[in-house]
Amino acid sequence: MSRFSHARALLTGSGLATLALLSSLNTARADSAVLARGEYLARASDCEACHTAPGGVPFAGGRAFNVPGMGVLYSSNITPDPKHGIGKWTDEEFTRSVREGISPGWKHLYPAMPYPAYARMSPAEVKDLRAWLATVPKSANTPPANRLRFPFSIRAIMIGWNLLNGPRSSYPDDPSKSAEWNRGRTLVEGPGHCADCHSPRTLTSGLSTSRAFAGNTINGLRAYNITPDRTSGIGGWTDEALAQYLATGHADGHGTASADMAEVITYSLRHLTPGDIRAMVTYLRDLKPVASDDAPAPSRVIVSNNGTVPQNTRGGRLFVSACAGCHLADGSGRQTPYANIAGARSLSANDGHNLIRIIMDGSSLTTRDGSTHAMPGFAGGGYSRKDLTDITSFVMTHFTEATPSEAALNKAMDAK
Amino acid sequence: MTQNAPNRGPHTGRRGLLLGGGGLLLATLWPVKGLRADAGMLVEDSTAPFAPNAYIRITPDNRITLILPNIEMGQGIYTSSVMLIAEELGVDLNQIEMEAAPPGGGAEITGGSMSIMTEWKPLREAGAAARTVLVQAAAKRWNAKPESCTVESGTIRHLSGLRLTFGAVASDAAKLPLPKEPQLKSAAQYRLIGKPQHRLDSVVKVEGRAVFGIDVQIPGQKIGTVAASPVIGGTLKDFNRDAAMAVPGVVAVLVTDAKDAVCVVGDHYWAAHKGLMALHPEWNEGENAKVTTQTVYDQLHDGLKGPAIVPTSKGDAPAIIAKSHAHYSAVYQQPLLAHSTMEPINCTAHVRPDGCDVWTGTQVADRARDTAAEITGLPKEKIAVHSQYIGGGFGRRLEHEYITQCVQFAKQVPYPLKIVWSREEDITRDRYRPAYVDEVTAGLDEKGHVTAMTHRVVGPAVVARWDPPELTKEGYDEDLSVGTLITPYNYPAYRLEFARREAPGVITAWWRGVGGTRGLFVVEGFIDELAGRAGVDPVAYRREMVKDNPRALAVLDRVAKEAGWNTPLPQGRARGVALQFAFGSYMATVAEIEMPENNVVIIHRVTAAVDCGQVVNPDQVISQIEGGLIFGFSAALYSEITLKDGWVEQKNFNTWRVMRMNEAPRRIDVHLMESSEDPGGIGEVGTAAAAPALANAMAAAQGHRYRTLPLLSPRNLEKEAAK
Amino acid sequence: MLTLRVNGQTHTVDVEPDTPLLWVLRDVLGLNGTKFGCGIAQCGVCTVHLDNRPVRACVLPVGEIGNRAVTTIEALDEADPVVHAVKKAWIDLDVVQCGYCQPGQIMAAVGLIRSTPNPSDEQIDSAMSGNMCRCGTYMRIRKAIHQAAGDVA
Ligand code: FES
Ligand code: FES
Repeated sequence: MSRFSHARALLTGSGLATLALLSSLNTARADSAVLARGEYLARASDCEACHTAPGGVPFAGGRAFNVPGMGVLYSSNITPDPKHGIGKWTDEEFTRSVREGISPGWKHLYPAMPYPAYARMSPAEVKDLRAWLATVPKSANTPPANRLRFPFSIRAIMIGWNLLNGPRSSYPDDPSKSAEWNRGRTLVEGPGHCADCHSPRTLTSGLSTSRAFAGNTINGLRAYNITPDRTSGIGGWTDEALAQYLATGHADGHGTASADMAEVITYSLRHLTPGDIRAMVTYLRDLKPVASDDAPAPSRVIVSNNGTVPQNTRGGRLFVSACAGCHLADGSGRQTPYANIAGARSLSANDGHNLIRIIMDGSSLTTRDGSTHAMPGFAGGGYSRKDLTDITSFVMTHFTEATPSEAALNKAMDAK
Repeated sequence: MTQNAPNRGPHTGRRGLLLGGGGLLLATLWPVKGLRADAGMLVEDSTAPFAPNAYIRITPDNRITLILPNIEMGQGIYTSSVMLIAEELGVDLNQIEMEAAPPGGGAEITGGSMSIMTEWKPLREAGAAARTVLVQAAAKRWNAKPESCTVESGTIRHLSGLRLTFGAVASDAAKLPLPKEPQLKSAAQYRLIGKPQHRLDSVVKVEGRAVFGIDVQIPGQKIGTVAASPVIGGTLKDFNRDAAMAVPGVVAVLVTDAKDAVCVVGDHYWAAHKGLMALHPEWNEGENAKVTTQTVYDQLHDGLKGPAIVPTSKGDAPAIIAKSHAHYSAVYQQPLLAHSTMEPINCTAHVRPDGCDVWTGTQVADRARDTAAEITGLPKEKIAVHSQYIGGGFGRRLEHEYITQCVQFAKQVPYPLKIVWSREEDITRDRYRPAYVDEVTAGLDEKGHVTAMTHRVVGPAVVARWDPPELTKEGYDEDLSVGTLITPYNYPAYRLEFARREAPGVITAWWRGVGGTRGLFVVEGFIDELAGRAGVDPVAYRREMVKDNPRALAVLDRVAKEAGWNTPLPQGRARGVALQFAFGSYMATVAEIEMPENNVVIIHRVTAAVDCGQVVNPDQVISQIEGGLIFGFSAALYSEITLKDGWVEQKNFNTWRVMRMNEAPRRIDVHLMESSEDPGGIGEVGTAAAAPALANAMAAAQGHRYRTLPLLSPRNLEKEAAK
Repeated sequence: MLTLRVNGQTHTVDVEPDTPLLWVLRDVLGLNGTKFGCGIAQCGVCTVHLDNRPVRACVLPVGEIGNRAVTTIEALDEADPVVHAVKKAWIDLDVVQCGYCQPGQIMAAVGLIRSTPNPSDEQIDSAMSGNMCRCGTYMRIRKAIHQAAGDVA
């Protein structure tokens, strides 16, 4: 029996709970259903992750986005505070902002806010979302001002951008496809805005359609190829593994979501119903396979050798002292399957770029039952750069057939 | 043997509590720094203004209990103190029970490697005095002469074969006058002292039954966790009380009067912790938000110029240096260091209108009581401090600010409140071993021998805050002399200078040997540099300098022999030596290392020769040296507290790195010298040796020297890369 | 309400499922032999056995334990030859100093010898380097493990 059977049980359980909640609200108060739908959409749209500063008040904004070539953007305060938040906005203003990127006063939003994707939601859905958002605690937080390079410092430039790359709109179901596929398309292309991270950008920073979902570098990390390509995409995953990964952030043999993807799980995907997760899987499976040049190296089968790690390299020594407390010598995870790193793509892909960043900065994932599984970051103290590259090289060569390069790892350390 | 009897109830009427009905209660003054060590001993009901703090209790049922104020924090002190008393009393170790004494007898301080040094004589005298009256009582009963009686294993025997247990005569003995100068055994008569004895606290610790401060369970207690201002001097600006109270299991949010810390209280730690996360405290950070690590180092380097105190000098060292054949200077720099004892900071307090109980691990029980009295407004007699096992002291528990903090929170609630700091709080709100910059200059003759030495220390005077009267009237902290002025060397001329600079934005404190670790890294590194300049082997160079100091010479020769100093090394290995006289003990250390790559250090073997006078429990001395060395290596290689915008950057063991088993030396050989001198300290001796021995070995391996700690800091490594 | 099997007994505890096992043991069940040191699986002082394998209780949410058996230092069975040998070696060699890390060290050592009856130095390093000791008792721990393994064999 899979170690995840209990997680699956929970998953089904919470799906039922959502249904039960919806029906009971229906009978209680009419607008409870609206709120429940709004909350579900807000989760599916991952609003909280971006509109919350690290360690800050939820939805009060202030999280920094480093947009290469453009500057630093800060997310806005979307709590119902009338002065610092969006309490005074009308529903129409809100909808326009979310779907078209135009805030009250004709302020054109920058596309760190994925309004082209959100445009896939209908105005009615966005209104529901707004209704729920109006119930979160107010905050008087004022996010820092954006620091943008010319010409991006002129918001009106976005008018031109929008003409090129701009808002799409909600689309009718494709009758040739299943209802599940259509639901999946809505979630992936719309609120889920998966392409915003996983599709390469065009010269004008629009999303590439020809290489859609074939991987991209964002926030200093690699968002991997999620097309069904067998070697560089998710073609080798089973449906079950993919669903499990999206719902829980982990699938044995594929590792655990980290960094930004861990946030997507934490704030968004873990709240979705099993049906919606299945729908997303169905749609992703049907994408056009696109090969990319970042296929991971094959994993090695670790013979656990009674839990011994060779101690003849510095990386090996550091691994058993700093890492094996969670990951175990054979990488199978000590106290929780979330620490099972076997088969994780980061161990071998992109010259260890994501791996060393996560070792440096750490990662945190909240699972379905609300438990948080965190990995601390190891940069900024007693572990030197050399220590960190040595650990990374060890992990890559011990668990996979990758051939890490010191230069690439050093470059990744300086990225961001 | 009961080792696990933290005293629990408030103590009222010392004699009643300690003795109950019948038997002998012999009180003595546990000698402590600053008090006369020979203050003698009195029975409890004496009228003298004397507050005893240690007791030998023998009850008619023949139970022998030692009630000692000293705190066990790993150094094996329970065992060695008991050995001293038992030796003279004439009982076996397994006949003794232990209790922690209530505070009340002077400044109870466990620190500065002082314990055995100060206890050595008085505890043996206490044991001997008790034995004397017990024998007299028995002899009286038999109508015999005391000289015709012998004592063994708590039993008094007469030549005729008659026997009585201690318990049987305890009540009689209590009525006899104590001898003025009890007869002590000669070293040749020792049955216990100098023979390895197993630690008396092993069993409870191995079985997980030892009660540390953090383990105290008082009926009805709640558990709180704390966020203090991350910048010293900051105050609370805002927090979300409602969000914290909404966390299941959270029962209260408490703020100190000064608004410098907030505590979330819950049914258990996790509830409190989650509550604190939800609370989102924000701070007015104040002035110190400007402080960075560089601010601290800049002001220290600045202190190398300009005026300084001269606490001691011999001859006109600067003039001699100026006239010497050559002179040579070097500047050394050392960082702020956290303690990170394995047991995070914690304290439990129950404040009631009529009294207050405090349960905690502390090296300063009296200060704990005084602070509780001050904060509650209760008289000192109404405060009971219950000392618990300490999960690592290293000087951290010489501070009592966490006790103050706990009582401030606890007085706001009716239940016993245990506060437990997260490791992040423990590291970022520690009181740090200070950062220092030292400049040493030597005048040298043609052969490269020292003609005169000047040494300027720039840094804080820890004692000025911790015990102000101990600061000399010129403003000098004498702790800084350890390893600096107090060395095995006798320079022809010497001048010590101290430029006091208190680091902004942090509070500095004792650490496992502040003066000793700081001083030795500088002096022993510098001596090695001088040997190198003179083209003389570092051991030979030191031999010449200590040729008139037999104890120093003996440890140096012994370590050279045991470490095979003059034997060839395998390819890629190097050795470094350090010699010291600190905390009353001599030690010489050789570290044998390998540097397979630049900046990769493997410590293969450490050899030490130690002369700490007469040894009470030899294997525990060895254990302290082993542990002290590893503590010191850990700091020397990895440790530096850094500040950014007033915040401490290292938070937990992911960034505050501690040496692990696979990095520790595979072999540490400690050789104890035969000695009839009075015992010296041992707890900090190994720590002080670690950095210089290692730095000297690394200099030998790399051909150049790091004068800045930690040895593997980015600062040093970048210099390395630039070469 | 969650049900846990600890030291052979079934307990029902009223905590959130994300509560780490460590705090349930210490603050709810009063089993204080298992210590708190870091809360991030870096120091090992919270090591307990889960179905006989050493795990860090500080990062193990109780909601994920299910029916697996938890064993703490308090219930290490003296009748078990490995446990007996480990405790004896620890006392014979006077391993402990402050003792705070030692319950975790012992849980790790027992786990090691059970899975690797005669561990080499390399195997000891692999299994034990995640358990910090600030007092620096590492050399004695290594010796004690060798002695205990020899006694069991
Ligand atoms: S407290 Fe669990 S590993 Fe440190
Ligand atoms: S014995 Fe003190 S931490 Fe290990």
